[in-house]
Amino acid sequence: MAIFEGQRLDEARAIMARYPDGRQRSAVMPLLYLAQSVEGSVTRDALREIAELIGVRTAEIEAVATFYTMLRPRPTGTHLIAVCTNLSCALLGGNDLLEAAHEATGIPAGGEISDDGEFSVHEEECLGVCELAPVIQVNVANHDRVTPERVREIVGSLRSGDVPEPARGPAVESFKAASRILAGLEPLAEEGATA
Amino acid sequence: MSESHRVLTAHWHDPSVIPLAGYEAAGGYRALRASLGMSADELIQVVKDSGLRGRGGAGFPTGMKWSFVPRDSGKPTFVTVNFDESEPGTCNNRELVEREPHALIEGSAIAARAIDCHLAFIYVRGEYLWQGQVLQRALDEAYAAGYLGRGIMGGDYDLDIVLHRGAGAYICGEETALLSSLEGFRGQPRLRPPFPAVEGLYESPTVINNVETLMNVPHIVNNGADWFKSIGTEKAPGTKVFTISGKVERPGNYELPMGTPMRTLLEEHAGGVLGGRALKAWTPGGSSTPFLTADHLDVGLDFESVMEAGSLLGTGAIMVLDETDCMVEAARRLVEFYAHESCGKCTPCREGTWWAARVLGRIESGHGHEEDLPVMADMGENILFRAFCALADGAVSPIQSTLKHFMDEYEAHIREGRCPVTGRGPGRERGADHPAEDDRAVPDVTFAGAGPFEIQGVPS
Repeated sequence: MAIFEGQRLDEARAIMARYPDGRQRSAVMPLLYLAQSVEGSVTRDALREIAELIGVRTAEIEAVATFYTMLRPRPTGTHLIAVCTNLSCALLGGNDLLEAAHEATGIPAGGEISDDGEFSVHEEECLGVCELAPVIQVNVANHDRVTPERVREIVGSLRSGDVPEPARGPAVESFKAASRILAGLEPLAEEGATA
Repeated sequence: MSESHRVLTAHWHDPSVIPLAGYEAAGGYRALRASLGMSADELIQVVKDSGLRGRGGAGFPTGMKWSFVPRDSGKPTFVTVNFDESEPGTCNNRELVEREPHALIEGSAIAARAIDCHLAFIYVRGEYLWQGQVLQRALDEAYAAGYLGRGIMGGDYDLDIVLHRGAGAYICGEETALLSSLEGFRGQPRLRPPFPAVEGLYESPTVINNVETLMNVPHIVNNGADWFKSIGTEKAPGTKVFTISGKVERPGNYELPMGTPMRTLLEEHAGGVLGGRALKAWTPGGSSTPFLTADHLDVGLDFESVMEAGSLLGTGAIMVLDETDCMVEAARRLVEFYAHESCGKCTPCREGTWWAARVLGRIESGHGHEEDLPVMADMGENILFRAFCALADGAVSPIQSTLKHFMDEYEAHIREGRCPVTGRGPGRERGADHPAEDDRAVPDVTFAGAGPFEIQGVPS
């Protein structure tokens, strides 16, 4: 195995051990997140290796991986900028944010990833922060009450290597880092507990 | 709102309750301790007596749900917490967990105790990345302090709680889809019966409860059923954490007694419509609940009153639109959401939401046909209650309610080829799904024919 070996194999086994004996298939989603944290997207190799770990056919894993939007089968930029355009955000300018994100990253509407591989932009269904609309996420960390200008600033900061502080919680340095948190492998520090 | 009605949000101003020590100092885990001295039947009875109803949308009595679980089937029982909050407009669960994560753990543990469950899962939507970390940190604290794990609080009751992350699928908030997802499958709903109470997670008896529902439970155990029933309405006791968003001065989550009139929430708490403009439409409970209008401002926000007014309380998520907003655009965006989130299992939903979004898109962009209006009405009737689960019914709500209250706006779009509200002229046609995934335009078809799904020119 190329992805799950050494320490990562141990991590994968720990993830599988969260679920009752004989129910290790429940670990498919966190294992896909773990693979995504290594490779930046869900690759064919990841599907094969997870299938082997769990003891099902690769197609079964692919069926899961292709169902969920946060598991990304296509190459994804270092930073994922997710822009909500659902109703509460749209009413307060969400569509302008999406346009600004495309412009600032140089990804044409409908495009997936910037030429330099730094950015992906994704139009989101609701991000669950409607009362602070319009909102975006940078590597799955929240930025609230965002303006097109702020989107451009954020993209500029990311280009120069700084990940801006989100509205709540610590900054997440990359899409890969977000995937690792989503695999349940990055506990929060004791401090910084305030919301 | 009087302070006495702040139950779930009473400590929101006080970040000291986020860590365990502060939560304990504020009386936390007292209810769990009490519940360990009660039998499962006693616990179920007090929740039944309280009249608590599920806050996730359906309003089913929580105690009754718990009582359906057989505790002697020879199989393990499971509690699964639905923290997949993904309905557009809905975000109270997020803030409840951010501000008092241990309250969810305590409520979940009491629910587990009530059905003799030793392993519970909390299904957190993927987009709540940090909130999941906050919750995991609280779980770790609870384990370290003996509130979870083997022999909790020095007794003989064992309980583990495992946090499981979703990955961006609204359908996983549907309880059987959530179970499929948690078992490591595509998040598609299952046929009921068997109901999860009998055959849920891992084919075993399972209770699935919403975050806000469970957070009420410790308060009911501490203060009694009569106290709970003294708040809210007779049929819907307790408070509700309403989310109000969109065109209001002070959007936010506000905890008010069930049955509080929309006017009170909007004017006294949310500061009225943004910029003093006129209210045009509002959803009482998220994107899946039919729009109401300014004529419904005195409707009480409880299950029965909202239903009488022609909508649903849903999750209590109010999205407000003002006189400058286009209702066709609003309906199109919401239906597009359902088209995107349809799991694809059944035809009325998979095809119906896709076509509905397309037709709404062309009306919005000034390319609509007169026949589109009866087609939209027919589509609504042919989707509603005919799909495998309630997701597609959610898509019908914005269609039927905008046709009902704003038909003149649809007609003007078609007649004038532009939006009568925003003045936007013919533009690019919008439709289902996002451009990255699907850039097919609506074929210029007519929907004339005997039935709504006899569609000519379906793209291959």
